[in-house]
Amino acid sequence: MTTKLFTLTTVAALSAAAVTAEEVRVYNWSDYIDESLLTKFEEETGIKLIYDVFDSNEVLETKMLAGGSGYDVVVPTGSFLARQIQAGAFQKLDQSKLTNAENMWDAIEARTALYDPGNEYSVNYMWGTTGLGVNTGQVADALGADAPVDSLSLVFDPANMEKLAECGVYFLDAPDEMIPAALKYIGEDPNSMDADVVAKAEAVLTTVRPYIKKFHSSEYINALANGEICVAFGWSGDILQARDRAAEAENGVEIAYNPPKEGALMWFDQMAIPVDAPNPEAAHKFLNFIMDAHNMAAASNYVYYANGNKASQEFLVEDVIGDPAIYPNEETVKNLYIKEAYPAKVQRIATRLWTKVKSGT
Amino acid sequence: MRRFILIFVPYVWLIALFLIPFAMVLKIALSDIAISIPPYVPQFDWAEGIRAFLAQLDLENFTWLTQDDLYWKAYLSSLRIAVIATTFTLLIGYPIAYAMARAPTEWRPTLMMLIILPFWTSFLIRVYAWMGILSNEGILNQFLMWTGLISDPLVILNTNTAVYIGIVYTYLPFMILPIYSALERLDASLIEAAEDLGCSRFSAFWLVTIPLSKTGIIAGSFLVFIPTLGEFVIPSLLGGSDTLMIGKVLWEEFFSNRDWPVASAVAVILLLLLVVPIVLFQRNQQKQQEAEQ
Repeated sequence: MTTKLFTLTTVAALSAAAVTAEEVRVYNWSDYIDESLLTKFEEETGIKLIYDVFDSNEVLETKMLAGGSGYDVVVPTGSFLARQIQAGAFQKLDQSKLTNAENMWDAIEARTALYDPGNEYSVNYMWGTTGLGVNTGQVADALGADAPVDSLSLVFDPANMEKLAECGVYFLDAPDEMIPAALKYIGEDPNSMDADVVAKAEAVLTTVRPYIKKFHSSEYINALANGEICVAFGWSGDILQARDRAAEAENGVEIAYNPPKEGALMWFDQMAIPVDAPNPEAAHKFLNFIMDAHNMAAASNYVYYANGNKASQEFLVEDVIGDPAIYPNEETVKNLYIKEAYPAKVQRIATRLWTKVKSGT
Repeated sequence: MRRFILIFVPYVWLIALFLIPFAMVLKIALSDIAISIPPYVPQFDWAEGIRAFLAQLDLENFTWLTQDDLYWKAYLSSLRIAVIATTFTLLIGYPIAYAMARAPTEWRPTLMMLIILPFWTSFLIRVYAWMGILSNEGILNQFLMWTGLISDPLVILNTNTAVYIGIVYTYLPFMILPIYSALERLDASLIEAAEDLGCSRFSAFWLVTIPLSKTGIIAGSFLVFIPTLGEFVIPSLLGGSDTLMIGKVLWEEFFSNRDWPVASAVAVILLLLLVVPIVLFQRNQQKQQEAEQ
């Protein structure tokens, strides 16, 4: 391994000397990497890394479909990736440049193939579930010790939400995640592509709307950690990061993540290379760097999300690999559901519904 | 020849910076949504000529806007917010401009500088600063709770109140400067004459000063009203999820819905709505120039 790394570094150093100021531009989710990996990549390859972040698939998709984003690597979620592949936004990966491909986990690749058949365009970065972030103390104060902290009824039953509104509830500003959750709560198929079924989510969301403090997809990490809010419907790793930030701050705030027992959405964030990437060569190097077992483990250990890299598992700390909220056991996996991309017409209905819920109009 | 060039230059400006972009937006507004790069397919080809263009004209995206009450509600709500915000800006801006115009001459450049100074900082950063001031744990609430005036924090951030504060703060200089320039030119002897003829100070102000600064008031109001109507940054940062403004709806259509054709149709209508105040503003400016000549 050391020799391999050594040769890699020398080769990279030589090529870096030949091509001055080589750059690679990566566009990834906010709070989604151990930032020391970024410097490590620059040191190993001599390529200047420009790392930007976003917090919404919609914004990323608009940039991809407008074309000329200037990014070499982007990280859309599976259902969005599928549509962007269809639009011709990505280039096929050159597998010969991805020498670490053998590290990948076949169980995850089988699932991501649903969005990217044969995994030709993308490599899994991380995956996780969407569920309930709970400030255990405040929720127990509001709803009593037997509060349904692992059930969708916590956030979709107005009786509970009315009491929780006092201490603050955030929802993700992501219609593609919140509508399926609302459908799951009323026993409908969360992956339904039927406009009439999708429309049923509106009533569920509207009844609890008055008790929601804000719709936002990244602010809830700090808000939970500070004790500013007591419940967030958010992404697993983000909530676990909030748990750790609160523990570090020693502010008496205790956060727990629970995937809803009715079923949780399982999603996959995939690294892909835009068709018009200025430097696809460096983009492959970045992908291969992340696919290294040690690097991937470092990222997961830092952000508390599971990854699609089987070889990295032996380097994961017990807090990550041993936590069923991150690496769910067989029993929980059965309870997870996935979501595919809406067709254009249903998408319009879903977004319209979301605007209506948020703005009350 | 020189005359021709003089007329020609502003027209080039108008064509390059207004008509061409507008034609592009209009073209997208008449297109169909698609999963591709870019995410729309034009419904017609300019090359086929005007007759083919008219035959293929498809106003589907504009009819969509009339079928859903979201859009006109958003237009009306923007209009209301713009009118209220402009009124507040005028009520706050006029006394400031008046005080500046009445200040000793040697102070005026300094006062003018103080009005312009905030522009040295990025607009975005100044709006972010207001988030820090207005939030529940913000400076304002901490101060009020420290003084004992309130026991629970006031919820201002993420409400329409915060949007008004942001707009008034941001556009205040655009109101003050034209009013100041109108008041500065005011001949003080006119007020004296009014008072000599028996006017109280207030009625002299009402009957002489206000009418003579009318052009400044109108110019300032339009300079605030027009950009406020399409404002996006202030409502999205300071407003709540229920703050409805057309700029936000446009953003959602474009980014969340990736529905460029409908977003473009919304933009075209917004522009048409703005044409009325812009023409009125132009007329006011023209009248003022003629009066000066």
